[in-house]
Amino acid sequence: MNELDRLSALESDASTAVAAFRRRAAEQGLLDVAYAELDSPLGLLSLFVTPRGLVRLAYGPAEGELEEIAERLSPRIVAAPERTDELRRELQEYFAGERRGFDAAVDWSLIRGFATAVLQATARIPFGAVSSYREIAGEAGSPNAYRAAGNALGSNPVPIVVPCHRVLHAGGGLGGYTGGLDRKRYLLHLEGVLGK
Amino acid sequence: MHLPPFQQLIDAHAAELHRFLTACVGPVEADDCLQETLLSALRAYPRLQHADHLRAWLFTIAHRKATDAVRRSVRHRTSDLDGVEPRVPAHSLADDELWAAVRGLPMKQRAAVVHRFVFDLAYREIGERMGVSEEAARQNVSVGLRRLRLEVTR
Repeated sequence: MNELDRLSALESDASTAVAAFRRRAAEQGLLDVAYAELDSPLGLLSLFVTPRGLVRLAYGPAEGELEEIAERLSPRIVAAPERTDELRRELQEYFAGERRGFDAAVDWSLIRGFATAVLQATARIPFGAVSSYREIAGEAGSPNAYRAAGNALGSNPVPIVVPCHRVLHAGGGLGGYTGGLDRKRYLLHLEGVLGK
Repeated sequence: MHLPPFQQLIDAHAAELHRFLTACVGPVEADDCLQETLLSALRAYPRLQHADHLRAWLFTIAHRKATDAVRRSVRHRTSDLDGVEPRVPAHSLADDELWAAVRGLPMKQRAAVVHRFVFDLAYREIGERMGVSEEAARQNVSVGLRRLRLEVTR
């Protein structure tokens, strides 16, 4: 029946149904992790949110993070930009110089042990201020553990929002940064800490 | 136990699942069926014991959703169809009529015919996607074709 060969010309478009699926999956509490990408002055950012809040902010495309987050948090991870609207708006305002802090909640699930105390202390450094690795270690309860504090800051899963760029060497050196020192410099400049 | 991020399943298979469903139940029902397929899959996903045959797993769910949709619409329309005989002239079917004939097949045969002629799959692959043996897949295509020929030449 050669006539049936015509069946192979069938075309269809899944995009409407996939969008509706995402909405319903979120309503039913099935989106353990939703993610989106955002263009920024620091290049492409990828944002991963759980129902509890922002769990990961990465420099670069989401693709590079997906596998690890699926393994560490949940394989129920779906591209759903609409779940990150609020956060993306706040980040855009921040980069435009119209916002000094973030209201969006942070989900600390990817952080363990001493790093939690370090990053929570870091989250309290206000816009426009800086701290040192030693001070942060002290805030986290172990003044001598400044190397461990540095490691914790280096593996900050939510840079920018938890402002590890505000932690510098006591002597005034920039120290390190997950996203590279150019990005750290840019952020400190944006916040008025580094001169024009 | 390592399962790929669910988004990778969507990227790899949503389009072909939608095409399969459109072929089986038509474009309107296909949207609903794909939503239901993905929701069921996402709900069950973390409980999967292994990451083998994910595509066949998705097609099995889609097949079930298409079957459910057909049962629903049959319940709604049975009376309209009573006494209606397909009158399709031999080998001059318009595309709509050809699709109507395909969508008039029982679901197993319909799915098998769709896998064979829309996706151009070999019987072994059809069997994998339907969760049946290669032989059963061949049988379903062949019975489906015989029924289509009857419709078409009546």
